[in-house]
Amino acid sequence: MTTTTLATPRRRRRFRFGTFMVYVVMIIITLFWITPTVGLLVSSFRPADDVKTSGWWTVVINPDKARFTLDNYRTVLGLPIPGRSSPTGSSRVGMDVALINTLTVALPSTIIPILIAAFAAYGFAWIDFPGRRALFILVVAMLVVPLQISLVPILRDYVALQLGGTYLGVWLAHTGFGLPLAVYLLYNYISTIPRDLFESAFLDGATHFTIFTRLILPLSTPALASFAIFQFLWTWNDLLVALVFLGAEPRVQVVTQRLLGLLGQFGQEWHLLTAGAFISMIVPLIVFFSLQRFFVRGLMAGSVKG
Amino acid sequence: MRPNREIDRLPEIGGIGVFLSTTFGRLLVSLFVPAVTFIVLYQVFIFLRDTQIPQWMTAIIAILWGVGGVLALFTLSNYLIEQLSPAWRRRLIPFVFVGPALAILTWYLVLPTIRSFIASLYDARGINFVGLDNYIYAFTSQEMLQSYRNNFIFWMIFGTGMSVGFGLLIAVLVDRTHPVFETICKALIFMPMVISGVGASVIWKFIYEYRPTGSTQIGLLNGIITALGFESQGWLLLQPWNNLFLVIIMVWLQTGYSMVIISAAIKGIPSDLLEAGRIDGANEFQIFRNIILPSIQGTLITVTTTIILFTLKIFDIVQSMTGGNFGTQVIANVQFVQLFRQVHNGRAAAIAIILLLAVLPVMYYNLRQFGKQTEAFR
Repeated sequence: MTTTTLATPRRRRRFRFGTFMVYVVMIIITLFWITPTVGLLVSSFRPADDVKTSGWWTVVINPDKARFTLDNYRTVLGLPIPGRSSPTGSSRVGMDVALINTLTVALPSTIIPILIAAFAAYGFAWIDFPGRRALFILVVAMLVVPLQISLVPILRDYVALQLGGTYLGVWLAHTGFGLPLAVYLLYNYISTIPRDLFESAFLDGATHFTIFTRLILPLSTPALASFAIFQFLWTWNDLLVALVFLGAEPRVQVVTQRLLGLLGQFGQEWHLLTAGAFISMIVPLIVFFSLQRFFVRGLMAGSVKG
Repeated sequence: MRPNREIDRLPEIGGIGVFLSTTFGRLLVSLFVPAVTFIVLYQVFIFLRDTQIPQWMTAIIAILWGVGGVLALFTLSNYLIEQLSPAWRRRLIPFVFVGPALAILTWYLVLPTIRSFIASLYDARGINFVGLDNYIYAFTSQEMLQSYRNNFIFWMIFGTGMSVGFGLLIAVLVDRTHPVFETICKALIFMPMVISGVGASVIWKFIYEYRPTGSTQIGLLNGIITALGFESQGWLLLQPWNNLFLVIIMVWLQTGYSMVIISAAIKGIPSDLLEAGRIDGANEFQIFRNIILPSIQGTLITVTTTIILFTLKIFDIVQSMTGGNFGTQVIANVQFVQLFRQVHNGRAAAIAIILLLAVLPVMYYNLRQFGKQTEAFR
């Protein structure tokens, strides 16, 4: 604020007080925002008895009485705990299996729509064909269509095709629901790549396929990354698509389904719930903190999605 | 030099080389290659469906199969097209590129709008035509009426209002702080955005946890309330305010989104404009009202629309917090219950159509904006 040099001393003092208040208010808001997560994190490391008999904040108030353990995580991940028999059958929490299942769902559900959408975006941007504009308008129209619309018909198809409960079924569903946004975002990016960059390749007789795979894909990395992060987090955190298309069998369940199951099955076992919840959050948090810039860019470009 | 040598060598390869270079041979190859690809993909699929090998191994094979399969299909269809005459090649190549996307889009989103509408006119199993019965259910049943109240008043108005309001407040405040402080605050407030609705529900269920007054509280909210000398409350049972406690979870998740977008818009306001206002003697509030707000109006509309669309389809928070009980039912959850617990396809489809109708204005607005933006697109 360069104008403060012109201000009277009284004004300057008021300005400083205002800035001070801004910091105070922001610190309060930020503390409020992170307290729930901190509470979860602290509780997940406390012994079961402590979690059930005292609030997690007592750890902050009375640090010398606090006890910490990794047993909750061991139980939730099905790792052996020294001096205790490991649980089997329905008392098993099974977050380990759910984590692998979630990766199995989320990785292809991210990569497949990106591949398909990148091809389509290139087609819409650089190949002239009849009906191009009308078909792209269809893509834009589908941006906001709620996925609920497809549950009844697609479930019917999956029964007929025996795709219910298979990973392929879930990948295709996530691909279908993610495609409009992916095509739209990648089109916006790919259509702005200057034509001169691949004009000479065309003159040399390169096909669209070569130009796309050799030139356009590498050039589009930032846009691909933005959408990849967005789609990965969306599929990782999704509950509805998994419940509907993956089904209830524990062998294939993803972390959100497992966590929902825990809420019913171990509703009062807070030491397990908190550890389970934190495990479900850790991958998204790593992605977020390491790739924050791409994520924010994707958000900006992708507002108004169905 | 190299091409010549290969031509020289052709006869040495013998009959097969000559045969493969004929049109018929090429046709045969172009049928054989895709057939093998399809068979391999299908066999792996069957194997994955029925296998008993360790989970992580299935996962890796499944990932390779899924991603590799898509790549193979694209390469293959391109290969097939390139066997054709140039005229046909030019006609068909666009469909190699946009075809798969359009096919999946049509299957998963375009056709389902029509198929859901048809299904909504039939009974639970989709056998008998029932006319508008499912819509009568959707507009008169107790759980749907409750859902409309919760979706529109609590989630849409309170939820969106608070998300955008807090986002705006934080964006304006944080803009006046030191850049390092700003980055840290933004990252921490934005962080819940990457947490799933179910994960957030575990976090907040723990905060709302109820124990009778007098016993040790382990839920933070009741801990504070009892420390202040009030009775502890079963927050999730207090109708209709329990809806508000669920909405707060959504606000906690979504405020980071509106904050980041609005903050970017504020940073985009030319600083001369703000300086001019200050020199003219406007106070901070007047600058906010008369310069900042009008400049970011478009962004505010976008953010509000996005969050309204989100609240309209809210599902996972309600499903994991209350299951829609205690007066907290929402539209998407009723649809889920109709689909799976009541197994009533007709009703589930009718509810989907209602959700679709609700987003039509946004779709219309998007298409109009798109039409304006892209005059060059022909």
